Amino acid sequence: MTVQDALPGLLQEYLPILIFLMIAIGLAVVMAFGSMIIGPSRPDSEKLSAYECGFEAFNDSRGQFDVRFYLVAILFIIFDLEVAFLFPWAVSLSDVGLFGFWSMVLFLGVLTIGFIYEWKKGALEWE
Amino acid sequence: MIQALVFYLFATVTVLSAVMVVTSRNPVHSVLFLILAFFNAAALFLLMGAEFIAMMLVVVYVGAVAVLFLFVVMMLDINFTALRQGFQTYLPIGLLIGVVLFVEILISLGAWSIGPEMIAAASAPTPAPADVSNTKAIGKLLYTQYVLLFQISGLILLVAMIGAIVLTLRQRPGVLRQTISEQVSRRPADVVSLVDVNKGEGV
Repeated sequence: MTVQDALPGLLQEYLPILIFLMIAIGLAVVMAFGSMIIGPSRPDSEKLSAYECGFEAFNDSRGQFDVRFYLVAILFIIFDLEVAFLFPWAVSLSDVGLFGFWSMVLFLGVLTIGFIYEWKKGALEWE
Repeated sequence: MIQALVFYLFATVTVLSAVMVVTSRNPVHSVLFLILAFFNAAALFLLMGAEFIAMMLVVVYVGAVAVLFLFVVMMLDINFTALRQGFQTYLPIGLLIGVVLFVEILISLGAWSIGPEMIAAASAPTPAPADVSNTKAIGKLLYTQYVLLFQISGLILLVAMIGAIVLTLRQRPGVLRQTISEQVSRRPADVVSLVDVNKGEGV
């Protein structure tokens, strides 16, 4: 019995992705641990310190930043979800008929109101 | 056989990364482990045949929500060592609240019963997986039978959009902006004036 017979139809299509994933994980593990095991390691304080072009970090890399990045990310998520609703609609448009078509138009209309609001408010502008 | 093996692989990684989300000291590492858990959950959905939900998990949760979590973690700027100082003293009361919540969940699950019409609704309209693809089956139901829920989700997204703008949008005073229409509609006659200057006096 081959690998292809052992899987149901849907998962057969994902078999290349699984093989790709396995190779990627294997390669990453080999590269990370291989250099750790094979490579010579004789550390001293000068080797481990930052030298020449590098220098000690001035402060913590995790500072606060502007809340406007957050606003852009939230607006992105909302339109991302809107697009997520469009996928099954596009696939099943021939089955849901005119009613399904207009229900999506209404949905998009409601979100367009929000879009006009954020446009007029200037939420999309970067000063 | 292979399916079971893959399932156990992804399930183990999901559980382990979920544990790491809770236990890791650095909150940024927690978020990264959360992303790993999302990916593995998507793979588990795929193994169950829920193709569309798996892809949505990757697109929406990994692509958007995880980025937002990273933003929140970075924006909070909490001193995490100071936050952990009272861990020993607050442990008993934390455990107590956890136990109370767990018992509440157990009680509510014990008293929960599925209505007869719900069973009919769940079993009736789903087509066989071999006949129609996952995405198409969702689309057939979502835009016709469950159109009300669909429109409500649209309204929730609208509320979220307006709420985010109201809460976080700050107009800074004194910021110079370029208004193209104003620039274009300027006429020389409006802004340029000729001054007759006498000799030797200057303007």
